[in-house]
Amino acid sequence: MSDIPYKDKGSILRPFKSLQFFARPAVTQPLEPRPASDNYRGFHVNDWKKCIGCSTCQKVCDNAAITMVRVPGLPEDPVKGIRNERPAIDYGRCCWCGLCVDICPTGSISLTTEYVHTCREDELDSYFVLPDPNGIHGEHFPKGWDKTADADLVDLERQPMGELPGEERIDSFDEIVEGYTEQQAIVEASRCVQCGMCHDACPTHMHAPEYIRAIWEGDVEEAVRQMYRTNPFSHVCGRVCTHRCESACSIGRRGEPVAIRWLKRYAMDAVPDLRIREIAAEGKVDYISGRRIAIVGAGPAGLTAAYDLIRKGHKVTVFEALDKPGGMTRYGIPEYRLPYDRLDADVAVITSLGVQIQYNTRVGRDVTMDELRRDHDAVLIAIGLQLGRSTRIPGSDHPQVRRAVDLLRMITRGESFEVPERAVVIGGGNVAMDIARSLARLQKQQFGKVQITVCALEDFEHFLADPEEVTEAREEGIEILDSRGPKEVVIEDGRLTGLKTLGVISIFDEQGRFAPRYDQQDEQFHPGDMVIESIGQMSDVSLLGEELTERLEWNRGRLKVDEDGHSSEPWLWAAGDMVFGPDVVHAVADGHRVAASMERYLAELDSEKQDDGRTS
Amino acid sequence: MRPENYQARSQPPSNEFELNFGPNHPGIEGNYAFRVKLNGDQVLEARADAGYLHRGFEKLMEGRLWIQNIALVPRICVPDPVPMEVCYSLAIEEIGGLEVPERAKWIRVMQLEMSRLAAHLFAFGGHAATTGMYTTMFWGVADRDLILDRFEELTGGRVYSIYNIPGGVRRDVPEGFLDRLSSLLDYLESRLPDYDNLFFTNQVFVKRARGVGAMTQEQALKWGVTGPNLRATGLEFDVRRDDPYLVYDQLDFEIPTESGGDALARNLVRRAELKQSIRILRQVIERLPSIEGPIRCPIPNPLAWNVPAGEAYTRVESSKGELAYYVVSTGGDKPYRVHVRGPSSMHAVQVLEKLALGARLEDIAQIMFSLDACPPEVDR
Ligand SMILES: Cc1cc2nc3c(=O)[nH]c(=O)nc-3n(C[C@H](O)[C@H](O)[C@H](O)COP(=O)(O)OP(=O)(O)OC[C@H]3O[C@@H](n4cnc5c(N)ncnc54)[C@H](O)[C@@H]3O)c2cc1C
Repeated sequence: MSDIPYKDKGSILRPFKSLQFFARPAVTQPLEPRPASDNYRGFHVNDWKKCIGCSTCQKVCDNAAITMVRVPGLPEDPVKGIRNERPAIDYGRCCWCGLCVDICPTGSISLTTEYVHTCREDELDSYFVLPDPNGIHGEHFPKGWDKTADADLVDLERQPMGELPGEERIDSFDEIVEGYTEQQAIVEASRCVQCGMCHDACPTHMHAPEYIRAIWEGDVEEAVRQMYRTNPFSHVCGRVCTHRCESACSIGRRGEPVAIRWLKRYAMDAVPDLRIREIAAEGKVDYISGRRIAIVGAGPAGLTAAYDLIRKGHKVTVFEALDKPGGMTRYGIPEYRLPYDRLDADVAVITSLGVQIQYNTRVGRDVTMDELRRDHDAVLIAIGLQLGRSTRIPGSDHPQVRRAVDLLRMITRGESFEVPERAVVIGGGNVAMDIARSLARLQKQQFGKVQITVCALEDFEHFLADPEEVTEAREEGIEILDSRGPKEVVIEDGRLTGLKTLGVISIFDEQGRFAPRYDQQDEQFHPGDMVIESIGQMSDVSLLGEELTERLEWNRGRLKVDEDGHSSEPWLWAAGDMVFGPDVVHAVADGHRVAASMERYLAELDSEKQDDGRTS
Repeated sequence: MRPENYQARSQPPSNEFELNFGPNHPGIEGNYAFRVKLNGDQVLEARADAGYLHRGFEKLMEGRLWIQNIALVPRICVPDPVPMEVCYSLAIEEIGGLEVPERAKWIRVMQLEMSRLAAHLFAFGGHAATTGMYTTMFWGVADRDLILDRFEELTGGRVYSIYNIPGGVRRDVPEGFLDRLSSLLDYLESRLPDYDNLFFTNQVFVKRARGVGAMTQEQALKWGVTGPNLRATGLEFDVRRDDPYLVYDQLDFEIPTESGGDALARNLVRRAELKQSIRILRQVIERLPSIEGPIRCPIPNPLAWNVPAGEAYTRVESSKGELAYYVVSTGGDKPYRVHVRGPSSMHAVQVLEKLALGARLEDIAQIMFSLDACPPEVDR
């Protein structure tokens, strides 16, 4: 071979050439510890402050070397997506592949340059260690294999959601969000690491990891089945949920959280309504218990309880004052966020199981609580917060000063009212945005332009409405002012001409109580021919009647109930906004909790009856 | 030998006896048993007895996520793990239609050739040891260690780099790495004459290896021989050239061959390949800095990654011969089937059994090492 020209001429003496090596330094270097390379995959360290205990490292570990261990002293907060668990590593199994590092959603775990892979004599059990920021031997080795941008195994970017552009949506109540296509939904679902933080954070503990997985597997029916384990308002929640799940999502630590709400919406829309009804009916008992239950209010709280109780074989009748179900989800939430047919679909599932809803029946007027009690074994009131609160500033009793919820209700019911050419909204929450944006649409239809000013007490840094709401409202031509406190409604010759506001110095006093202070010098006038108050709602409990109101226990104007929603009257429960709140998913969670409590009560009644039967 | 393989003979002729060669012995890089029947010191019958390192890799892979197997495959061949990672990744990339960025391809070639150098140093070092020349082995292992240092720097791991994943590689090349690799190559090249003097032209080796374990090209082809062992019979076949993958078609290199087909020829081919690998690496060092861009194409979250249904057969030229992966996906998050076509099983079983016939006892280890088979890869 040309490489070794002398190869066949080799002689027996050639090897002796190596004798020259006696003069050279030895190949074997003296044993001096040298630092490992910067990239080295040695023992783990874990930044306990960053780590949220999501267990994704455990899931990717190909040797099952990682066990999540509870560390009691550490913070734990399901709403924030923090568990007090940390990965412990069995170095008898670990192969130092570093996949845990590359997939870690928070970037808390890394491998160090610590070379020595044996334990010392005093740490014979150290093959199972709970890495903390100091490393296995507490020796603070520098980080080796660490998270880098080009090696991240989590997908930090969300699938984009199509939306109607501002100019296109402003003159109609068409739904803004377009929803995912199948392909988008599968890709989005594939971002989930199945940590379950969403499940823990959700008030009703929806099985989000399970339904996301099912969507990813292309099994939308299974996804719906998983949703119906905990939420009969999945169409509604798929569109308007306040999605705590997404705030807790571990992918959201460094990137955009998985679009859990939009995935729910996708799966619900992908399965035909009739099929959803069949899925929801799975597991319904096939006997009739003989118990009768009355529920007041066909909002999400009341109907969720109805759903649970009908599945247990009880006869459930819902009494609803208005002519359609849904409560605030219909009469509050505008149609461009939640189309009525989707809400109808959710409710139709519940009525298909046999829940009776008596519309146009206001309890307290058309039927009394006494009658309900007489004809039923248990009664639940879930009447929400139907009354808007007033600012009680001078001029607020003028007929052109309206409450947001009243107007929203009128808009939904198609009741005619004089749309103001210029309007001023007091309030900075989502309800204020809803009424401002609804009015904007009506103004656009009627006058061709939008003239609405929203005056919020809070500054933009502490704003109450969601940032997307603010952005979208602005896109629709609405002016939003922060730190403005209402002073008086200006009325000239009996005609409302606008609102005076003052600059806000502070909102709460030192004890944290609501006591706004204003800068009297900083006065502004906002012209308008209608002022809408959107500063909160309260419950109309007049249905209870004097005697019952007297008997029940109250807590600062709210009906007092225990954590299961049970009032001081054994036959009476309350649920939803009127006692807890503040949103649909809490109402749903509350509905389940109360239904379970009622179920226990009914079971007790049954066993008492049996006992009676035995003794007699 | 395991009891189930043992068959007692009632009355062996007095000059014939059986010898259990292994599973621990100097002939191979791992546990591997070889049962020989000798007449005096001449082999009459030979039976390969594999399985001591069986870990069921192929089956294990079916139960693990696609990505988890990247930590498993390098273990199939300890001395030359990189081709395992690359070949497995290539198969998934083919099924999944992943476009591996150019830069990643060059980085892969770099590792593959580094791995070939390391493996060859190990192989002829081992061969030298079978003939009692331990200095060569010590040198080979010590110089291989310098390559492992560079692996450590590049991949974070010295032996199991676990650095190639479907879509590309896991980290970019560290600052200054190419310079250090370049000086390592200078050093290794300067060592070649030393190795020649000490081993390749050493008559102790040449005379002992010549004619030992010889096969013809025809036999080699019939027995499924590949790699340096095949090229030692004069056939210029190399997957890198004949079925190019990654960027081998953009590189200049020769395919060294020998004609003897014996233990000597096989070692000389490896020796010549050292030079070619160095040559390839020099070209990579020159080109890589100008090839910018990502080191990996985006892959889905590995916990929820369904590789589309399909199958792929990908092959690379490992230091030991043709290595191929046959991967079948039914569209799930784990492989349906992975078959590893390793070069070693042919070399260590059917070829060795034949070449050993008629050989002398003291040459068995030499024949084995000259074939450079890898027991963990035979057993898988
Ligand atoms: C404008 C607005 C926007 C909102 N947007 C969102 C949102 O985007 N996301 C979210 O999660 N939540 C939102 N909410 C909150 C959400 O709508 C409520 O938390 C939820 O509807 C509460 O459910 P509930 O069943 O307790 O009460 P409600 O939904 O208020 O239902 C109560 C029902 O009881 C009926 N009722 C009341 N009194 C009687 C009586 N005496 N006799 C018979 N029936 C009676 C009412 O007519 C009503 O149908 C919004 C609320 C408003 C006002």
